[in-house]
Amino acid sequence: MFDVLSDRLEAILGRLRSRGRLSQGDVEEALREIRTALLEADVEVGVARSLVDGIRNRLVGEELSRSLSPGQQVVKAVNEQLVQALGGETLHITYAPAPPTVVLLAGLQGSGKTTTAAKLARWFRQQGRNPMLAGADLQRPAAVEQLRILGEQSGVPVFSEPTDALSVARRSLEEARRRGRDVLIVDTAGRLTIDQALMDEVRRLSEALTPHYTFLVIDAMTGQDAVSTAQAFHGALSLDGVILTKLDSDARGGAALSVKEVVGRPIAFASTGERLADFDQFHPDRMASRILGMGDVLSLIEQAEREFDREVAEEGATRLLEGRFTLDDFLAQLQQVKKLGSLGGILSLLPGVPKDLKAADSIVDDRQLSQVEAIICSMTAKERAEPALVDGSRRQRIARGSGTSTQEVNQLLRQFKEAQAVMRSPGMLGGLLGGGRGLDGLRQAAKMADALGGEGGALAGLAGAGAPESPADQLSGLAGMGGLSSLAGLPGAPGGMSDGRGGPAKGGKGKKKGGRVTPKSGRPRPPR
Amino acid sequence: MLALWIVLAVVLVGLVAFVGAALVRRGRSPAPPPADDAAAGRGTALSAPPPPPPSAPASVPEPLAPEAAVLRQGLAKSRGAISGYLRALRARGSVDDATWDDLEEALLRADVGVSTTTALLEDLRGKVRNGEVRGADGVLEALRRDLESSLVADDGCELRFVDDKTNVWLFVGVNGVGKTTTIGKVARQQVAAGRSVLLAAGDTFRAAAGEQLDRWADRVGVELVRGREGGDPSAVVFDAVQRAAARGNDLVLADTAGRLHTKVNLIEELKKIRRVAERPPGTVSEVLLVLDATTGQNGLAQARQFLEAVGVTGVVLTKLDGTAKGGIVLSIERELGLPVKLVGIGEGAEDLVPFHPAEFVAALFE
Repeated sequence: MFDVLSDRLEAILGRLRSRGRLSQGDVEEALREIRTALLEADVEVGVARSLVDGIRNRLVGEELSRSLSPGQQVVKAVNEQLVQALGGETLHITYAPAPPTVVLLAGLQGSGKTTTAAKLARWFRQQGRNPMLAGADLQRPAAVEQLRILGEQSGVPVFSEPTDALSVARRSLEEARRRGRDVLIVDTAGRLTIDQALMDEVRRLSEALTPHYTFLVIDAMTGQDAVSTAQAFHGALSLDGVILTKLDSDARGGAALSVKEVVGRPIAFASTGERLADFDQFHPDRMASRILGMGDVLSLIEQAEREFDREVAEEGATRLLEGRFTLDDFLAQLQQVKKLGSLGGILSLLPGVPKDLKAADSIVDDRQLSQVEAIICSMTAKERAEPALVDGSRRQRIARGSGTSTQEVNQLLRQFKEAQAVMRSPGMLGGLLGGGRGLDGLRQAAKMADALGGEGGALAGLAGAGAPESPADQLSGLAGMGGLSSLAGLPGAPGGMSDGRGGPAKGGKGKKKGGRVTPKSGRPRPPR
Repeated sequence: MLALWIVLAVVLVGLVAFVGAALVRRGRSPAPPPADDAAAGRGTALSAPPPPPPSAPASVPEPLAPEAAVLRQGLAKSRGAISGYLRALRARGSVDDATWDDLEEALLRADVGVSTTTALLEDLRGKVRNGEVRGADGVLEALRRDLESSLVADDGCELRFVDDKTNVWLFVGVNGVGKTTTIGKVARQQVAAGRSVLLAAGDTFRAAAGEQLDRWADRVGVELVRGREGGDPSAVVFDAVQRAAARGNDLVLADTAGRLHTKVNLIEELKKIRRVAERPPGTVSEVLLVLDATTGQNGLAQARQFLEAVGVTGVVLTKLDGTAKGGIVLSIERELGLPVKLVGIGEGAEDLVPFHPAEFVAALFE
């Protein structure tokens, strides 16, 4: 069965290659598939309809591109439509002339308001502000306690009192002024939109606080209900933006589209995990790709870029490409990858990774990584440089030192050797030299890059490297891509990474100014 | 071969990050790589709906209110959204293209999902073609019957309890669905039914999760076993089972931390919790997946993964008192055979009722 929109579209449109244009009939068939894909992604029925209408206009009479297949071309049009629908203005936070700038959070029960409040507080701190949190959720047992603990973790004071939400709101405002805090983030209780009393309450809260920003916090896995929820909250509060949570799930997130269409306010932030650091400004292009079921490589890249030590990554990549990758290099990279969070989570962001790696009952978990780490650390420097040295007695020593068995040590060494062979094989570096299976993947990726008009597309396209037949094929494509960029001397080549991070995002990347300064150590994580 | 994959994946992530970072900076638009579309429902062939279970006197503890009436009442506020389509449909009387469009839209808006909706309507179209079903009213009736018969009722919805054993009911699900609140409600019901209940604060991760369950324990009048925050949840469940056995409690209700079904290490942790709970003297008689009624198609993916990982025995559908219809449970039941056993209709201790297919289906449409 076809998994992906472009595959489905290929089936319908593949025969069109010889023709020059997309006819009305072709377009209608394609649009049916697109509608299905959007609905399966939880885009609201009415919103899906208007999106499809927009796409129809883009496609009829469109000339078939020479470099893209018809299916890819349609996907490109859909993608553009979605990016437009999701994007438009980015929200730039401006601060009130008379502090504090008040931020009010509202939403359904369980959407993630409390955690988001703490994340926002942390984010504001990173922007150099002095935030304060107000716990106005007196409904849910221990909600204020939760906020206090999170406040402590983010280094932000929390105000609350066991009276009622309105009092807490008023008093927290006074308190924020008294303490000279310049941002006040108010967490509220989750509420149903059909609960008239509670909707009135939040309206009163808003009147008392006159917030500068009112955000609706919505769960990325919300279904059709997203629209009526957003409409109701917008009607009551006049929202300034939306915060999308739990994007680390595999929910396609069509709710984002629905809400944006209906409320017309930007999606300001995206929450991508349970750690306080898993919070960033929203990226419409990535969301579009996700809704279409295409994974989110770019978030992964950015995360890695934030967390990885540049020198270590560069060193490892160079040695990999030159076929000199050793256990030491592997260990260094492994430690880098740990900073990104769970390996399973990382792999789920990479499209084109074989299913058994992503499956819930696979054994790719972080304990395994620790085990691998332990084994390598129990080896001597000489053994790491030359694993062939490891004989029976050494193996036993390593096994004892790492708390594993000699079989496990043996297995690791054997598999690393195999991996080295794959990495050195013509297929891997063949892309550079114009031979081997990697080349097809490379061509495809390069085509996509050209057609989508941005070198970044090449990277996302790397996983679009044709239909993968075997793990080695895919990896050839992937690594070949890396080779290509260094060969072509793009800024991606070693040494070319000094331009600063421009772009619309004003916040969230507080660590970077001008030249990139990547932190060497990961942030402390709560036990998970 | 898996460890090899780990090696290669690790290396490549590093490589990709390094190389990709700069490419990304030059402006980007995503391309369509073949992706593993794990989230949305796919075109899986639907099996025929299971025959309705034979009716037998239910041995569920006496309900706090006639369940049908309470469910109906709890859902009353959210009526109206879909009824517009159906009124128009009925008004037209005959069956035409617009009928099918309206029906499709009504079902989709209820989160029934594309593949289930398509299958249902195909079935109905067939019946209309061969004269089995006539007129718009007939179509609606037939649809209602189809849906009701595909949902397990009565005995199948009972909460399993093994006499003379230390029963453990495990509550699992993703973040924010209402596990802890549901446990409070279930505890109240079970106490009212005369059982001796002990709570286990198996969520050792989330800030103040133990406190939250503690408040419920006080409210309901049962005891709670807690562990260290950040500690091993399996240890808490183990302690609870031991304590329950020693003191003669009938039932341990075990809370777990919300976890996304895609997080492999967390699912592994959950499997361990289940294994530990199953060790004598404990017996895991229910693994309840708590599902938020506002969840879209991802609910099916959640159900599938949790079922595979820890053998879910039933679903608790929460927040059905809102505007969401919870239609995803239809797909869950049809594709995975998982029955909905309980429905949450509010934040109060009494707001939990047994599932009632007829009322649920009626609420879908009205």
